[in-house]
Parts: sequence; C-alpha cells; structure tokens
Amino acid sequence: MAEHLQAGSTDHDAAAELAAAVSETVAARRPLRLIGRDTKAFYGRHVEGQVLDCACHTGVVNYEPTELVLTARAGTPLRDIERLLADNGQALAFEPPAFGDTATLGGTIACGFSGPRRPYAGAARDFVLGARIVNGRGEVLSFGGQVMKNVAGYDLSRLMVGALGGLGVLLDISLKVLPRPLCEHTVMFPLTQHEAIARMNEWAGRPLPVSATCCTDDRLYVRLSGSENGVRAALRDLGGEVVSDASEFWRTLREHQHPFFQHAGPLWRVSVAQATPPLALPGDCLIEWGGGLRWLKSDAAAAVIRAAAAAAGGHATLFRGGDRGGEVFHPLSPALFALHRNLKRALDPEGIFNPGRMYDGV
Amino acid sequence: MATPADDLSTPAPSRDMVAVALRRILPDESVLADDESVRPYECDGLSAYRRLPLIVALPNTVEQVCEIARCCRDLKVPLVARGAGTGLSGGALPLENGVLLSLTKFTRILDIDPANRTARLQPGVRNLAISEAVSHLDLYYAPDPSSQIACTIGGNVAENSGGLHCLKYGLTVHNILELKVVTIDGELVTIGGQALDAAGYDLLALMTGSEGLLGIIVEVTVKLLPKPECAKVIMASFDDVEKAADAVGNIIARGIIPGGLEMMDNKAIRAAEDYVHAGYDTEAAAIVLCELDGTPEEVDDDIRRVEEVLQRGGCTDLQLARDEAQRMAFWSGRKAAFPAVGRISPDYYCMDGTIPRKRLGTVLNRIDALSEESGLRIANVFHAGDGNLHPLILYDGNKPGELELAEEVGGKILELCVEVGGTITGEHGVGIEKINQMCVQFNAQELTQFHAVKEAFDPGRLLNPDKAVPTLHRCAEFGAMHVHKGNSKFPNIERF
Repeated sequence: MAEHLQAGSTDHDAAAELAAAVSETVAARRPLRLIGRDTKAFYGRHVEGQVLDCACHTGVVNYEPTELVLTARAGTPLRDIERLLADNGQALAFEPPAFGDTATLGGTIACGFSGPRRPYAGAARDFVLGARIVNGRGEVLSFGGQVMKNVAGYDLSRLMVGALGGLGVLLDISLKVLPRPLCEHTVMFPLTQHEAIARMNEWAGRPLPVSATCCTDDRLYVRLSGSENGVRAALRDLGGEVVSDASEFWRTLREHQHPFFQHAGPLWRVSVAQATPPLALPGDCLIEWGGGLRWLKSDAAAAVIRAAAAAAGGHATLFRGGDRGGEVFHPLSPALFALHRNLKRALDPEGIFNPGRMYDGV
Repeated sequence: MATPADDLSTPAPSRDMVAVALRRILPDESVLADDESVRPYECDGLSAYRRLPLIVALPNTVEQVCEIARCCRDLKVPLVARGAGTGLSGGALPLENGVLLSLTKFTRILDIDPANRTARLQPGVRNLAISEAVSHLDLYYAPDPSSQIACTIGGNVAENSGGLHCLKYGLTVHNILELKVVTIDGELVTIGGQALDAAGYDLLALMTGSEGLLGIIVEVTVKLLPKPECAKVIMASFDDVEKAADAVGNIIARGIIPGGLEMMDNKAIRAAEDYVHAGYDTEAAAIVLCELDGTPEEVDDDIRRVEEVLQRGGCTDLQLARDEAQRMAFWSGRKAAFPAVGRISPDYYCMDGTIPRKRLGTVLNRIDALSEESGLRIANVFHAGDGNLHPLILYDGNKPGELELAEEVGGKILELCVEVGGTITGEHGVGIEKINQMCVQFNAQELTQFHAVKEAFDPGRLLNPDKAVPTLHRCAEFGAMHVHKGNSKFPNIERF
C-alpha cells in the first residue's frame, strides 16, 4: 500500500488543531470563514468571519486501488489526488472542476462541484463514502466509512457535500474511485440547441458509452468513453465529425476557461430536467449534462430566471458575479427552509460555520 | 423472544382514543383496532421480532397521511411507517403504543417521462413493477434487491436498498431524483427535484436510508436507465477462498467494473446446487460469478480480460454461460442462495456486514472459528464487488437457546466487520436488529449527533422511535453486558 501514497507533497494531520480552534471559537461565539486555498471564494454569499485555514490538514491517508477507495485529508490538493489516481489507472469519475491550481479536496466537496461526466457517472455526492468532521461543538466525528455499501446511521457524510462548510469542518473524506476509461473519442455535430437537446436525450435512452455532452455555438460535442471496440462501435453508430485535441476542450469547459465563460457580468447556473427545451430567457446559453445544466450569461432579473428554472423542475444559482450579499441560491419553500435551519442548528448550534454563505439565517 | 426496546417515556394512550381520532380522518375499515386484525402487521421480514401495534392505519391519500401525522403529533402517539414489510432488520416492527401506518394502498405509477427517463411513483409501487412498466421503452430501474418482486419503492428509499448490480449502478440513493415527504407536523415537503441536483443541503441523501425516523415518504421520482444491450456471465471455481477474493480484486485492478460480481463459499454452493441444479462446482471452495454488461463490443473486450485475470488467479474451472438460458441458470443458484440454505436448516439468520475486500480471508477464517466454537453452521454469500458479506447462520429455533446463540454469533460477526474497517450493515438497515452493534460502530458523540439530526425533523421523537439509532442509556447497558476489546465503549456514562 505504501507505494501508492507518494504523490502527496506534504502530509500533516491537523485534526486536533482544527478541533481546538473550533472549540475556542464556540466559546467566544465568533463566526468562522472556513477556507482551503480559497479558490472558490467567488461562490456563494459573502461571509464575514475569522478565517479558519483548513488547507494545512493534508495527505492521502489510505488508497487501495483494488478496493476502489481513497481517503484523503481535506486540505490535500485536488491535483495531487488526481495525479496519484492517474498513476494507478484510476480517476475521480465526477471530474470535479478545480477553478484554480491550488484547489483542495475539501473545498471541492464542500462546494459539491461535478464536471462533464456527472450525468453519466454520478455527482461528487455519489462518490463520497465517508467523512470525518469537526461539528459546531468542536467534536471530531466520523460518519460513513471506507466501504461501498454502508447504511449504518444517517448519511451525514453525503450531507456535507455541497453544504458549503455550513454543517462542519471537513477533516478526512473517503471517496469511491473508478478506473480511467481505456479509450476516449469526441465527435461534433452541427445542431441547434433545440435539436441538440432532443438528440442528447434520445441517446441517453440507449445503452451507448456517452460520457460527456456540451452544446455551444450551435455545435453539439459528444464524448464516448470505454473499451476500444465499444467506443469504435459507438462512433460508427453516431457518426459526426471526430474532434482532435478533445481533452483540452473538455478541460477548458470544466474549468470555465472556454471562451464562453470569458465574461464579466453575472453567470447563472440553471439546473433543469434534462429534456427541457431551450429556456426562453435573454442572454447566451451553453448546455451541458445532456441538457440538465444550462450556463446562462444574462442580466435578466433573478426572479425571471428562477421562475423559468422552477417551471422546468429545477433551480437557478447566481454562480459568479452579481450581488453576493443577496439571494445567490434558489430560495427554498418555507417548510424546507425550516428544516435547513433546524439541521444547521443540530450540527452547528452556535451558527459559527460560514454563517449565511448559503442562505441568510443558515 | 423479548424485543430489546428502550423504556418509552410516552405514556401509553388507549387504543379506543386513538381509533376514534383516526376514524375522523379515515373510513372505519381503514382503521384496524383489534388484536386479530392487527396481527398480520406484527412483524416484517425479520420474523424473530414480533409485536402487536396499537392500531393499524391504511390511508390512501397524501392528505390523509398528513392528517394522521398531525393527529399522532397532537396525541403524542408514535408512528411507524411500513411498506411491503419485507425488511430484514425489523425497521417496520410496530410499537404496542403506536400507530402502524401501512402505505400499501399507494400503488399507482403516477407518471412515466420517457424523454427525461424518469418515473414518478407512489411509495407502495413494487420495485420490480417499475422495470416492468417501462420495459417497452427499453428502460429499467437499476437497484434490484433480492426481494424486488415484493418490496416497495418507499421501503427501498427508507432503507437505501442495494442489490446485485450496485457496484456499477449504485444504490437507491444514486437512482432517485425527488421525494415528497410528510413531516411529523403533517407538512408535505418536496426534497430534490426533476433536475440532476437541487438547491440547499442534500436532504435527498439524508432522507435515503433514514429508516422512517425523519419523515414519511409519499412519492418518489426515480431515474430510469437504458437496458444494457448485452450481458454475459462467467463462473470461475477456486480451491481457496482467498484466491477467489484476490481474483475479484484483480478484475477491478484491470479497470473493469462488472455489472455483477458475486462469490459463494462451499456451504452456500452445495445448498444452492442441491436446490436449483445451477451447474455449480460443488467441490470448489468458492465460486465467483462475474457478469459483464454493455454493448456487445464492450462485453466481448471485457470478457477476454476477465477470463485472463481469473486464469492467472489460479481458478480451477472457468465457464462462460453459452446462452441466455445458462446465464439465468448460473444466476439462479446465487439468487436462490437464501431459500436454499433455508432447506438445509430449520432456520437461518442472515447477516449483512460490509468489509474492505482485502480483509475477506481474515474475516472468513474468524467466522469459521465462531462457527466451530458455537457449533452452528455458517454459509457465506458475498457481494464481492462491493465487499458486502452475508453470512447465513444456521440454527433451529425449536431448540432452546439456539436463536439466542445465533444472535450472539451474529453480533460477533458484525463487530468483526467494524474491527476490520467495515460496517455492521451494508444494505439491510439497522432497524431493531442491529441497534446494539450501533454502539460498537459509533461513539457517544456520534450517536448524540444522530439524535440531534432526528430532532431537527422530529423533536417529539414520534417517527419510528427506538430504531436505527440507540440511546446512550441502551449502549451503556449493552456495554455493561458486553465489554468490547477489554474496554467499555462508554466509560463516562453513568450505569443504571
């Protein structure tokens, strides 16, 4: 096993320090702003608070390629983890965007970000098997574990994914990892968004090795991943124009370095039922996730965008830009909001972790 | 046998009083309030635990469920929701002072959306009925617990059910999009959505597997997947269980995620072969069943690689099912393993631990030792791909003390699973059955955190109380009679 643990540059267990820092803060009832390398400071609502630096808690604790499980401390750079996995022919199948070279695993999980492969392989939350956290009482607690199937106790480790640090300080995270596909090819089809959405959903209903889709500038890009012969057969079946240098295309898309994202105004992330036709909203739109994710550059009123998202069974997030003091995330129904407030109180009774980063009052 | 219930602080309300209140909500025939009528609900799939409920309520509208919840909250009467009652951990065991809420009338498929590949279901829809209803679209619902012919989707969500294909296709939590849940306050809350994610905390994950302690599931939207074009299964025999386990690891190390990857030990092989004549090698110490699915090209690529791995791993025999009939025959033995074991013993007790696969050899050796020590035979069936082990402890319930002995051995096996880095339950849930072992897997602070989460949803602790998460008092008592590794688990807790 030891030979698998060498990619991490540093290895430091700061669990006790982090727990002690939380305990002190609880006593003083001071709010904390939890950060890793702060590469995702743009995301969520503005938080006032003393910085708690979680990036010092680093290192891969356990990695067993044949068990498909990796456990790492939250401050471990995402890049180190990806390199270690790649060395063993494996990967994080949710293809998380890093949004910065120094991004940590903890920040990635706390934001719950997933990349192009999400609709075909699963989201960040689908791959989290367990987590060790510090709760708002300064206690170090472990939930879930390092095995694929585990239904003992409430699933508090998955609850941490996308909670923006509001429910606890992430210490160690156990993830299910998967083999890297042996073969990958991308094909392009000139199609309108309307046609592309229909096509992506038609294909998703067939057993094809599709692993990513994107529609921008009236072009549909489809990535196929799997065994050599499987991918070849699908290429023959689907047709289209083979794209060279496709991995760079998917990387720039994932990291928002694609020209579509070079934009100073507000960027909306609209998540809808996949087969929803193009939304009747002003502004430029890039479509991913088989139609399930619509990136929208628009100055339209939040209420208008949210109404369109809700009508399509989904929700809209002001992903970048705009007013970070206002409602960034889709407002919850009163009953659901009450559950959020209660749950926040259950894990963070004094409300010290990233107060208001998700919603005012949570 | 005696049920290990904690002291209930709620005073027992009278059956008549609750019946009168519920009959204001439901027609008379939907409120069962005498011993004879409630008896069919005295247990679920874990029949060793039985208890008559105070009342059984059989609503058929969501509005009625909301009113029943409010009524129970106001009367401070506990409420236990039940689907088909196939659960194996006693999660739907009734309470003498509580209402058993049966959701069996909610059997409608509300909507099938072929374009989005989703189905909206009432909670009482049977698992297999989902796949049957969408088969003409070449779609199916992936999680396939062995009870899929009878178990319902509401119960699947409450237990986060798995099945034979979950290494590749995931558990219930990976295959649902939206839930409608009635809270103890009688409010209808929508959790998740029709999109791939939802705003706020991931309550969909929290609710899945919460065993009826947080809310009552009244509607489920599931994802549907395209049926694989092609599936082939390989069966390999090994003369040594550890070699078989290593071969499984090597399949995965070669970058292959099989649709199904199962292992059985010799006792399970013999029982299954006697029962269904699947063509198993009864001399083998273990067999591995490996199913590859996908497009024909992918499957052919993978079959070649898996055969190579198995041969290199020292298998003594290797068979590729030559056709669909033989594929079904190979699976028939595995799927019939539990009833097959039921034929060779008056009773059996099915355990459900998960372990890191590399520890399988150690665990099986220790299970052998426990078997020898106790004199009880133990057969092992293993979801090898995901490490979920089902030891079947054979006993005779008519022999005084044997059930208790089987339970004691079972408890030790679960603690062994925790010791090697695994868990006490992979897919059957904690329910009432494994509540003591929760004290081994989690410490007092973690259990206290679980209770706080429950209070966020159910401050009066009325939803399926005393299941899934033990009180610290209970753990203290368990610890007193059962000292773990020479240390009491809760040294700081007062003993009563």
